[in-house]
Amino acid sequence: MTANRLAESLLALSQQEELVDLPKDYLLSGSEDEGDNDGEREHQKLLEAISSLDGKNRRKLAERSEASLKVSEFNVSSEGSGEKLVLADLLEPVKTSSSLATVKKQLNRVKSKKTVELPLNKEEIERARTPLEQEIFNLLHKNKQPVADPLLTPVEKASLQAMSLEEAKMRRAELQRARALQSYYEAKARREKKIKSKKYHKVVKKGKAKKALKEFEQLRKVNPAAALEELEKIEKARMMERMSLKHQNSGKWAKSKAIMAKYDLEARQAMQEQLAKNKELTQKLQVASESEEEEGGTEEKVEELLVPDVVNEVQMNADGPNPWMLRSCTSDTKEAATQEDPEQLPEPEAHEVSESEGEDRPVAEEEILLREFEERRSLRKRSELSQDAEPAGSQETKDSSSQEVLSELRVLSQKLKENDQSRKQKASSEGTIPQVQREEPATEEEEPLLLQRPERVQTLEELEELGKEECFQNKELPRPVLEGQQSERTPNNRPDAPKEKKKKEQMIDLQNLLTTQSPSVKSLAVPTIEELEDEEERNQRQMIKEAFAGDDVIRDFLKEKREAVEASKPKDVDLTLPGWGEWGGVGLKPSAKKRRRFLIKAPEGPPRKDKNLPNVIINEKRNIHTAAHQVRVLPYPFTHHWQFERTIQTPIGSTWNTQRAFQKLTTPKVVTKPGHIINPIKAEDVGYRSSSRSDLSVIQRNPKRITTRHKKQLKKSSVD
Amino acid sequence: METAPKPGSDVPPKKDKLQTKRKKPREWKNPESQRSLSGAQDPFPGPAPVPVEVVQKFCRIDKSRKLPRSKAKTRSRLEVAEAEEEETSIKAARSELLLAEEPGFLEGEDGEDTAKICQADIVEAVDIASAAKHFDLNLRQFGPYRLNYSRTGRHLAFGGRRGHVAALDWVTKKLMCEINVMEAVRDIRFLHSEALLAVAQNRWLHIYDNQGIELHCIRRCDRVTRLEFLPFHFLLATASETGFLTYLDVSVGKIVAALNARAGRLDVMSQNPYNAVIHLGHSNGTVSLWSPAMKEPLAKILCHRGGVRAVAVDSTGTYMATSGLDHQLKIFDLRGTYQPLSTRTLPHGAGHLAFSQRGLLVAGMGDVVNIWAGQGKASPPSLEQPYLTHRLSGPVHGLQFCPFEDVLGVGHSGGITSMLVPGAGEPNFDGLESNPYRSRKQRQEWEVKALLEKVPAELICLDPRALAEVDVISLEQGKKERIERLGYDPEAKAPFQPKPKQKGRSSTASLVKRKRKVMDEEHRDKVRQSLQQQQQQQKEAKAKSTGARPSALDRFVR
Repeated sequence: MTANRLAESLLALSQQEELVDLPKDYLLSGSEDEGDNDGEREHQKLLEAISSLDGKNRRKLAERSEASLKVSEFNVSSEGSGEKLVLADLLEPVKTSSSLATVKKQLNRVKSKKTVELPLNKEEIERARTPLEQEIFNLLHKNKQPVADPLLTPVEKASLQAMSLEEAKMRRAELQRARALQSYYEAKARREKKIKSKKYHKVVKKGKAKKALKEFEQLRKVNPAAALEELEKIEKARMMERMSLKHQNSGKWAKSKAIMAKYDLEARQAMQEQLAKNKELTQKLQVASESEEEEGGTEEKVEELLVPDVVNEVQMNADGPNPWMLRSCTSDTKEAATQEDPEQLPEPEAHEVSESEGEDRPVAEEEILLREFEERRSLRKRSELSQDAEPAGSQETKDSSSQEVLSELRVLSQKLKENDQSRKQKASSEGTIPQVQREEPATEEEEPLLLQRPERVQTLEELEELGKEECFQNKELPRPVLEGQQSERTPNNRPDAPKEKKKKEQMIDLQNLLTTQSPSVKSLAVPTIEELEDEEERNQRQMIKEAFAGDDVIRDFLKEKREAVEASKPKDVDLTLPGWGEWGGVGLKPSAKKRRRFLIKAPEGPPRKDKNLPNVIINEKRNIHTAAHQVRVLPYPFTHHWQFERTIQTPIGSTWNTQRAFQKLTTPKVVTKPGHIINPIKAEDVGYRSSSRSDLSVIQRNPKRITTRHKKQLKKSSVD
Repeated sequence: METAPKPGSDVPPKKDKLQTKRKKPREWKNPESQRSLSGAQDPFPGPAPVPVEVVQKFCRIDKSRKLPRSKAKTRSRLEVAEAEEEETSIKAARSELLLAEEPGFLEGEDGEDTAKICQADIVEAVDIASAAKHFDLNLRQFGPYRLNYSRTGRHLAFGGRRGHVAALDWVTKKLMCEINVMEAVRDIRFLHSEALLAVAQNRWLHIYDNQGIELHCIRRCDRVTRLEFLPFHFLLATASETGFLTYLDVSVGKIVAALNARAGRLDVMSQNPYNAVIHLGHSNGTVSLWSPAMKEPLAKILCHRGGVRAVAVDSTGTYMATSGLDHQLKIFDLRGTYQPLSTRTLPHGAGHLAFSQRGLLVAGMGDVVNIWAGQGKASPPSLEQPYLTHRLSGPVHGLQFCPFEDVLGVGHSGGITSMLVPGAGEPNFDGLESNPYRSRKQRQEWEVKALLEKVPAELICLDPRALAEVDVISLEQGKKERIERLGYDPEAKAPFQPKPKQKGRSSTASLVKRKRKVMDEEHRDKVRQSLQQQQQQQKEAKAKSTGARPSALDRFVR
């Protein structure tokens, strides 16, 4: 180790000496650095030697002309010798002693041996281990950032190389000029802005608009692409204006004009103008749906239809110009957007690593899936590009490839949804999880997937339904393809079975109800088989009918019943105003809290009459016609309708009673005999003395007389 | 209310004069002093005893429901109502004595199967008048026949598929009319009396009188396949190929309701005589129940796995028999549960079904008719053993039991067969309602009365007794409105206000004390009630838990 260090120090010393020497020999050529490689210098020397050959400027040998003060080993020059002076040579004894030879060898060996350099080797650094590191490296690579830290980054280097001094000067001048111009312009604008004349401003604005229009027209003729861009800009400006709520008749000016409009023609016109402007601005534009891949044609459209929504959403997020949407997107999707360059595909290995890791974090999993999809999409794009390159042929292969992509997409979306489900189920109960997991291997296979429709995905509610109606589960199978799956599923549902059984205990099993084998009648007289011709024909028809009978009668009926139950349920009233107190718009839903707050739940109605009767649908609607004939007011002494109902339950008509009973039930309270005189009713007959009110009136008029009359009456009554 | 009178529950009219009542002071009489002129004592004093079960038959007040506590006045009203009911039902029970006729029956000798007894044997055994009721009409020319008896059971109308229409007094065999309508006849039915006849022809519905004169052609009822007549509502219900169920009021000639069943061709129909609800059988195995008041079916019952071929409802409205393409014959309970009571698989399946007045069930299978009987009158027919069987000369096309006669009429491709079925018909007829022996004048009289008592079509509903109930929804609504209008609840219990007392006992403190006393008492009542309820619930829970023995594996049940 010490020897090594020694050697190094010696080397450094020799270099220093070189630096000292150089100015003496050569004309420094400004740009040239300290000639670090000997080859160049030798080449120079060779050139000089050749030029000196002709004798004109023969190179004089360096010779010592003046005496030096000190003769020392430090003042030694090697000029003329044509050899570099090496300290080691100086130190070397003239004669090589055999004793030092071994040491020298050792030294050389040490020197030749590679040592570990202190800043780590590049490859050492490059080997990223964790996914995080990998990601970081990915990013660094993409932005051409150095992994180790050299003095200059590649970008800096490039810029240094790109610019010369003159160029730099020119550029600086340019910039200065621009700045000056800008300041002039700003000053001018400020000045103009201070001008208070409204007319002037109006004129200027109009002029500007006209000019812009003219320019645009020209541009459209010359460069349609640029014109389109311009149009977009204009559109954006319009949007801004629309958002700024200008021209809404709410400003000070507008209000004043509104007052004046009644009397002033000009004001009226101005207002109308503004209104027109407002209308023009606020008119909603019919935005043509931009489909990303237009070259795909109808096939592409079909794909679009088949592709699940999740996929399209991501696409929109990646490309859409809406900054809001962009912001809401996760950083991951942004990354995906940057990855769109097909050359810059990330290594699939890395994702697999993260996938295996991400099982405990469902969100991350989802994102990974999204990224995967992104990759595949870019892959597809590339393949399409390549297919575009070969113009004719391989339509079938294209089809197949697109099919593959489709299926992959479906698998992906499937996985996504399943992830979602599994998370939900984790929250609710763990019983159904194995079932979902069981489903996964089936989704892995692509052939059945292609056969099936995307709706095959079962929601949680459906699963519950299945559990409830296990009795006719086999009937409910939509496709025979799924049968195997179904049979697998049923044992899985077992853990939930007891609960369902409890539910079912009340219910009468519809399947059993209809399929129980009933004993057949032993009839003495079996109907004769041979019948007339038309009878035979009818029999044939009936046979066919019987063959097809009962295939989905039960399912249809249950469906109908479910619908009827749903229809009869009281509806909840939702009073949420979307956009009230928060952002509203397409794709934005009012928050769950708000919805909960403004949802008026309908009161639970009485239980249905057919709740426990699976084979019956009883109409629960009120029969208004019948209700019109029913009693709707309780008569006096009754406080509860049951009491009153009890008194009217016995029929009184002669249809239901014997004649005697009928007569007794219908006898009137008062019976009169024909031919008898009926005297008009008197107050005394009823039990009243006299009307008190009339008395009062009389009393007021003539109190004395009435008293006497009263007395008389009293006397009379006492006599009676 | 009930639209169908209980047959036999009524008695012929008595010539009682309307007695004027005068309140006389009731004289108290010593029962011992009640002696006849001869001086002999009445060995059975007092009114004759009435069997309780017969009285029970006429009681209509539902006493199972416990009433909330009522005021004295209300209680007295209720007592009056109950006393009235008891009195009337006792009277009705007593008048049962007047139902002299007894139903017929067929009994095999010990071990003999009644189904082996053929018509010839029965005809031999019965009297001449009854034997005359068994006959065959050989009408091979005009195809399979549909037939219909009039409501009195005296007249018979039949229509062959190839246009032959005839009506006759089948007891005397006197032909009323015979025509050929020169069109396919799908169904035939008497209207309220034997004077009018509705015939469902190939295109439209036609109405003929008993002379065979066409009175109406109802074009709004087209392609009718089945007819039903609701006698108390004067409604003719028609089921058409186009899937419409149309109700035609024959008293005013107006279509009351045209309901779309939304189930394709309708060719299975029957009526429930108890509540006048129409039962339609559909090809998807369901039977739907219809009323003209509702646009949707009142109920839908899934009966068979295949299509429904025939439906019949018994006269009490309790049982419904259905047969389907799955060769099964089922008897359903219509009293709210709609569950099958018994099921049988028949070798060929029944194409036609009919109930008799006394609850016998007949099924036509090919060219054979099977009749099943129940134990009593109100029991469903037991499908184990057929009561009678009979083979006809052709496949059955129409079946009906004759009212008030032990006769079953069968229309088949070979004509009409009238066969004797002992015990099928109601022996005692209501002379005022449907008198088989009525004269023309009596019929006219009855017609007027029946028209006066016509029940509006909108009153048809599943439970006719529901009309005797208070419309609770409107009642509540009215109450609420009243409270809103008045600003307070007039029926609410007034808060306790202590009476003012004298001699210094009406101080504020004592008033408050008295108030508090009452409040506490109320509170204690409440607590007591809730405790009782809790105890009851616990008891119920215990009873439930003891019902099924807990298993060791129950702990795993979630």
